[in-house]
Amino acid sequence: MSLDARLGLRMGTLDLDVEIHAETGETIAVLGPNGAGKTTALRALAGLAPIDTGYIRLNGEMLDDGAAVNVAPERRSVGVVFQDSLLFPHLSALENVAFGLRSRGRTRSDARRAARVALDRVDLGAVADAKPRTLSGGQTQRVALARALATEPALLLLDEPLAALDQSARSTVRRELRQQLSTVEGVRILVTHDPFDAAALADRLVIVEGGRVVQTGSFAEISAQPRSAYVAELVGVNLLRGNSDGGRVVLDSGAALVVATAVVGAVSTVFHPRAVSLHSLEPTGSPRNVMAGRVSGIERLGDRVRVQVAGPIPLVAEITPAALTDLALGEGSPVWAALKATDIAVFPS
Amino acid sequence: MPWPWFAVAAITFAFLVLPLVGLLGQVPWSTLGSDLGTPEATSALRLSLVCSVWAAALSVCFGVPLAWVLARVEFPGRSLVRALVLLPMVLPPVVGGVGLFYALGRDGLVGRYLFDWFDIQLTFSTAGAVIAETFVALPFLVITVEAALRSMDRRYEDAAATLGASPWTVTRRVTLPMIMPGLVAGTALAWARALGEFGATITFAGNVSGRTQTTPLAVYLLLESRPNVAIGLSVVLLALCVGVLALLRDRWFGVG
Repeated sequence: MSLDARLGLRMGTLDLDVEIHAETGETIAVLGPNGAGKTTALRALAGLAPIDTGYIRLNGEMLDDGAAVNVAPERRSVGVVFQDSLLFPHLSALENVAFGLRSRGRTRSDARRAARVALDRVDLGAVADAKPRTLSGGQTQRVALARALATEPALLLLDEPLAALDQSARSTVRRELRQQLSTVEGVRILVTHDPFDAAALADRLVIVEGGRVVQTGSFAEISAQPRSAYVAELVGVNLLRGNSDGGRVVLDSGAALVVATAVVGAVSTVFHPRAVSLHSLEPTGSPRNVMAGRVSGIERLGDRVRVQVAGPIPLVAEITPAALTDLALGEGSPVWAALKATDIAVFPS
Repeated sequence: MPWPWFAVAAITFAFLVLPLVGLLGQVPWSTLGSDLGTPEATSALRLSLVCSVWAAALSVCFGVPLAWVLARVEFPGRSLVRALVLLPMVLPPVVGGVGLFYALGRDGLVGRYLFDWFDIQLTFSTAGAVIAETFVALPFLVITVEAALRSMDRRYEDAAATLGASPWTVTRRVTLPMIMPGLVAGTALAWARALGEFGATITFAGNVSGRTQTTPLAVYLLLESRPNVAIGLSVVLLALCVGVLALLRDRWFGVG
């Protein structure tokens, strides 16, 4: 099974032309700023926006060829988790999940039975009869995913699935989502503007800017070698792998990071260069992680400076040009880096 | 806020409320039951109930598809069509009645064929009263339902389509339930307007006791000869309108 698509369409000021190829069992993150055309690309895949040029082939079947062929959304084997979830407010969680099955011809009782099983599987059996407005953000997101997966689509599309959640619920739901996605057969496409979501959930990234693909590859490849200042800004985050005991992550180098997330086992840690502060003397304060190192590279990106620090914990810090001048940093300068445990995202790898 | 505003506001409010006070002050409460039990009153009330419910039902059946087209389909001249649809709201009802007479009357544009081919005569019949009431009530239903369709988040319909729902299933299971508050409000408004209809009804359908003499017509005719019955019927209409306002309060009047 595979998805093979080239999406060309114009809508207002947007001129979209992107290619997306994915194999079954793969999660692709389409990453880009607001207005880059991500959601439009996703709507085209779902059949909600016809393409002008290009093609959409799912498992060999032509869904849209920009001309004569344009399979209606209700006839595509596609499931969508929308931004804001879009659970039908007048239906219970159970009826929301059963909706797709009933629409595809299952009887009422049969659909409800299958929906109940699906909700029990994600520990939502207790809220099956609740209306969406009474659910928490995390529950809403899980019901939306269960609804999209109930019909066992060959292509699962997720549009900013975590954007509506507050920060505290986000990391929990992100971990659950990762676990659930791994059990989904078929192709998964995730649209997001959050590099943390992309790092946690996707096997491969497609970075879109102004309607064009600017870089593709794994998160590690792209974050190590961002091809433009824009990509660096977007995914130029620090990604370190190691083993966590629930409070400390021991990296491959033997150094350890203190984290605030209780995940145990092999993990990836991600933190933004903005979260790293640099000091000329050893700082004392709230940050749990204080590391000595040497400046191994300085890169100016517009009004910011990215400073690479080599040491037991190699990292990149983002500071202002004024701070760089004050610290009198140059290549090889000794420097202290500080990082709050709460600024580090941790997820199982 | 300058004080004259308060004074003018108070006068305006009094002007709107005074007639209701005048009406309620005249109600012969002790004989109200027997006044409303007279044959004229019961016949008019029964006829009003039948005609207004029919008019509201027809407004829903024919108004919802029209509202849907106005809200969802872009076509040249749409704003002109909408203006014509809403015209009966501002048109003097008696003019509407004259129009209906020359369109659907026995010798009217369409009415002559209804009579020749199907032997249907709307004038001086209860069906004619229903038609007249529907004519004035429909715009209220259309404008309310159209607003509800416009303000609805259409992405819910997209979501339903991606779940395999055909356009008809989307309408039935998502769109209509989601605009239900608007549909209820529009139906209530249309029903209230039909209930109070006077000018178009008397012009088009005439004033036949038991067939086209609805409550407003009866009030007008009985005010001289049997004022107590007329006042009693007026109070019933007032109570029903207060009921409609109560039904719509959440929608239009918010909290407090």
